[in-house]
Amino acid sequence: MTAMQVSYTYDSTLESVNQAEEVATCLAVKAGFDEEDAGRISIAVREASVNAVVHGNAYDASKKFTVSFANSNDGLVITVSDQGRGLDLTTLPDPLAPENLLKQSGRGIFLMRAFMDEVRIRSLQPGTEVTMIKHVHGPSAPDKEESK
Amino acid sequence: MTMKASTRQIDGVTVVDLSGRITLGEGSVVLRDLVRELLSKGGNRILLNLGDVTYIDSSGIGELVSAFTTVRNGGGELKLLNLTKKVHDLLQITKLYTVFDIKDDETAAVASFGK
Repeated sequence: MTAMQVSYTYDSTLESVNQAEEVATCLAVKAGFDEEDAGRISIAVREASVNAVVHGNAYDASKKFTVSFANSNDGLVITVSDQGRGLDLTTLPDPLAPENLLKQSGRGIFLMRAFMDEVRIRSLQPGTEVTMIKHVHGPSAPDKEESK
Repeated sequence: MTMKASTRQIDGVTVVDLSGRITLGEGSVVLRDLVRELLSKGGNRILLNLGDVTYIDSSGIGELVSAFTTVRNGGGELKLLNLTKKVHDLLQITKLYTVFDIKDDETAAVASFGK
């Protein structure tokens, strides 16, 4: 995998979300992921970007969100950060709970966690930072086990 | 590519052929308006053909769920047809695969609606 580190700063719009998603797909393919994994990375970045624009920055034109990509032999590390009011992780409902199954929203972070190997979320005060990692051969690959 | 939708009538069932993306700010609104319009005209037996849907996000999933519950609460039925692998995986991961009535043959799907 060729080393890469790039960062993009976007306005808080849905058009920017689409742009971030397209960049994620391109860079995932460039980093060596197959079409299926690139699609999963793309969705994870989209969900994180939607959260940054809609829930974090609340479409505030004065606030930006940033998407950074870095890869190494271990995989692709993607960080999405916003300038919003922050996220209370203790209030996140479980979208798989029977009472939530038919709710219209609340699946974004769940999909990030389902599609990426590692997801970490932290408050920046102000803002939220989501770090997502996808290993090239998945979490059970021998080289990853050795690196633990 | 934004979402496109067209409808066909087969034996009292409205088949909605969707193509493109069902995502926040794009296909989600189109789908919501379409289902509302069908219900307002009395069409409450709806088969959503997702065979040409290329991309769906959590908002799109939410819109499918909303359409399903809206139609069901109105005494109708909404079923899904021709899931791509991507959409199939998403519905499986979110445990919605067992909630929706999912078909892969249009004729059989149409026949499965209650008369």
